[in-house]
Amino acid sequence: MAIEKMQRISLSNLEINFQEVEPGLTNQEAVEESNRCLYCYDAPCIKACPTGIDIPTFIKKIASGNFLGSAKTIMSSNPVGASCSRVCPTEELCEGACVLNHSTKPIMIGNLQRYATDWAIQNEQTLFQSGKSNGQTVAVIGGGPAGLSAARELARFGYDVTIFEGAEKAGGLNTYGIVSFRLPQKISFWEVEQVEKMNVKIRTNTMVGRDISVAEITENFDKVVIAIGMAHVPNLGIEGENLDGVFDAIEFVKATKDGELSNDFRGKRVVVIGAGNTAIDGATCSVRLGAENVKILYRRTEDEMTAYDFEYEFAKQDGVEFRWLTAPKRIIGDEKGSVTGIECIKMELGEPEPDGRRRPAAIEGSEHVLPVDAVVKAIGQTRYLDLIEQFGLTHEGGVVKVDKETLQTSNPQIFACGDVIFGKGKGDAMVVTAAQQGKDVAYAIHKQFIAVGTA
Amino acid sequence: MADLRINLAGIKSPNPFWLASAPPTNSGYQVQRAFEAGWGGAVWKTLGDPILNVTSRFAAISFNGQRVAGFNNIELITDRPLDVNLKEIYETKKKFPNHAIIASLMVEPKQEKWHEIVKRVEDVGVDGLELNFGCPHGMAERGMGSASGQVPALVERQTYWAKEVAKTPVIVKLTPNITDITATAEAACNGGADAISMINTINSLMGVDLDTWNTVPHVAGKGAHGGYCGPAVKPIALNMVAECARHPHINVPISGIGGISNWRDAVEFILMGATGVQVCTAAMHHGFRIVEDMIEGLNNYLDCKGIAAVSDIIGKSVPKYSDWGNLDLNYNIVAKINPEVCINCNKCHIACEDTSHQCIDMLTDANGKSYLKVREEDCVGCNLCSIVCPVDGAIDMIEAPRELAPMTWNERQAVLSVAAECKADIVK
Repeated sequence: MAIEKMQRISLSNLEINFQEVEPGLTNQEAVEESNRCLYCYDAPCIKACPTGIDIPTFIKKIASGNFLGSAKTIMSSNPVGASCSRVCPTEELCEGACVLNHSTKPIMIGNLQRYATDWAIQNEQTLFQSGKSNGQTVAVIGGGPAGLSAARELARFGYDVTIFEGAEKAGGLNTYGIVSFRLPQKISFWEVEQVEKMNVKIRTNTMVGRDISVAEITENFDKVVIAIGMAHVPNLGIEGENLDGVFDAIEFVKATKDGELSNDFRGKRVVVIGAGNTAIDGATCSVRLGAENVKILYRRTEDEMTAYDFEYEFAKQDGVEFRWLTAPKRIIGDEKGSVTGIECIKMELGEPEPDGRRRPAAIEGSEHVLPVDAVVKAIGQTRYLDLIEQFGLTHEGGVVKVDKETLQTSNPQIFACGDVIFGKGKGDAMVVTAAQQGKDVAYAIHKQFIAVGTA
Repeated sequence: MADLRINLAGIKSPNPFWLASAPPTNSGYQVQRAFEAGWGGAVWKTLGDPILNVTSRFAAISFNGQRVAGFNNIELITDRPLDVNLKEIYETKKKFPNHAIIASLMVEPKQEKWHEIVKRVEDVGVDGLELNFGCPHGMAERGMGSASGQVPALVERQTYWAKEVAKTPVIVKLTPNITDITATAEAACNGGADAISMINTINSLMGVDLDTWNTVPHVAGKGAHGGYCGPAVKPIALNMVAECARHPHINVPISGIGGISNWRDAVEFILMGATGVQVCTAAMHHGFRIVEDMIEGLNNYLDCKGIAAVSDIIGKSVPKYSDWGNLDLNYNIVAKINPEVCINCNKCHIACEDTSHQCIDMLTDANGKSYLKVREEDCVGCNLCSIVCPVDGAIDMIEAPRELAPMTWNERQAVLSVAAECKADIVK
């Protein structure tokens, strides 16, 4: 047992590998850390938070023992604040802006936020009530961070909100897309429950365009919010992609989220294609499922990879290998149709592309075969083009166009937020940004309603 | 190596650090451990007729997560038989002849009681006596401790009784639970005290439990006031020491007590007139070994300043302590913010804006960088900004050019009254 504890990865008990890696702060640690906060006036951490959480205030409330107030301060600004406390790249946001970076070391804002929201979760608190009904109905398509956030804010204003969610549970990325050892499902479920308690109806297993028509939505609701996010990982466009043992990273991670862990990866050799945060998730999940060797293949270099630094470090700690300037050319299978290897080609970087990253080009004759048992694809996500077109919305390659001010789509009845409006080369697609957009959509809808109401 | 020896009214010790009469000096075992650790002296836990104690006894206040910012006790004087204490004092003194052992005493305010106890403790070889007129709880309800210490006539009379038979120096320990401590200090001097020590603990209720609504601490659901000490009381103690030190009729050595936690605190007390210091709470918080740093820190300080002996700095700051009416009304300091050091937490701005004189502006330079600036013409030199500033060196309080010659309130009033008389004469 003692030896087991010392090991980072357990091979005998995979479940341990999927428990949250970062322990929460103890009471004592929270007291000490919260008291270290300077309680800045006009604090830069607030400005650095996309949802504008009043960070010094929630920290002061931890210090005073007002945990309920602290959780309310957090969740009021960010309806998915419990999840964000775990998944936000805090070094680049609030903690990066902490003035103590210039004197000692920044406050552990993310961990304190987790401490306060964990308290609310453990103590089964209900933080907000819905507002007095204003008779308006809104359909929110998609129950991920953006949709939940929009629904929560609309409910506070008194709207009658229905969320349509294709999956079995709401929460979107937070429920299915972020590895359990970063974000356990129960956290996301609590956030969903908070929204449900505000009389928001959540119709799960209901895919708009499949289980309910677009016309039914637009006819039965005063306003519609599109928060459908993004879809599966695109094809690599190479031979062998349909072989047994080729996985979509999103689906791959999702399969580890409900607690039923596959034994199929024990002792296996896995390659992950891509070097974003999802690729890291695919790789670390593979390690934690017992894979013997996990490599990330990336056609560019360390400098161009989009994964956060802390994720990169985490993957290295998990023993993931990185093969830079390596692109897949062909997946090789055996007679039974199972993956046995992957043929790769070495790349070199040429001139910069419009996004500033140098274009990779194949080096002729550098082909080589890596013997592998599984290939996980993590090269981005496709868009729900069909549905967007059924709604008749103007879009650019599946990125729905919205008015910057009103967040209205080409159809004034329909608003959009979250990944569905997140274009290429627009910085990081973060949960916290989606949450803010959800709020913004709610405020935009409400602003219009008030303007019309008083006209 | 500076000379750290002190001689307080004839009581000699190898350094100025004594343990105060309190739980740490309850037994020979403890005092011997303390001397081994380096303490220069110990005031034995108060001797008298044995008492009964209660549980629980102590409580402490935490401030922003810092433990023992203040400390409180409802423990009484020694609960051990006098014979046992005397035997242990004798043994300890024999083992540590160069360390000071002072017996703290408390008896009923009767002449024969004082005579009896003084004789008995002097027989076992103590270096001095400390009369406990300060203990604010329990004993005071029986007419002893601070109940005596609050009445100057009782202080004088009992000091006199002790002095009638004492062969060793008598220190009178004063209570701070009084409006003007110089009144009782002077009474002690009139009674013949060889020295005074201060402060004893301050009446206190440490807290109330928000769930049970019990006091903190409580004894079976009931509480009583205790005696407050520890770092939080240091400024109160330092003022009382300084007030006695500068008083023209109080001319005996002072043993400084109250929140002294390290050598720096000790130096402050000595500069303000104490010949030596007594420590309790810091030892209770950290153990006897803290004295090692106290001795070394004091020695290094003196060496660094080129001062040969700790006795050379006794009272050096006393002439700098006076009445408000003697302060220069025309002295000007203003705040200056150093943008290179400032981390822009804006605490100075909001403190000044909300609670002081609205003279720190939040500005943005040509490059869009935020900075803070003091409007010196509006600054009253209150220090608040530099107090709340979390970064050393970010705000300096600097002397502004003097516009008028120095003048104190008292001088001003004197000039005005002369002018008024002249005017009256002219009118006449």
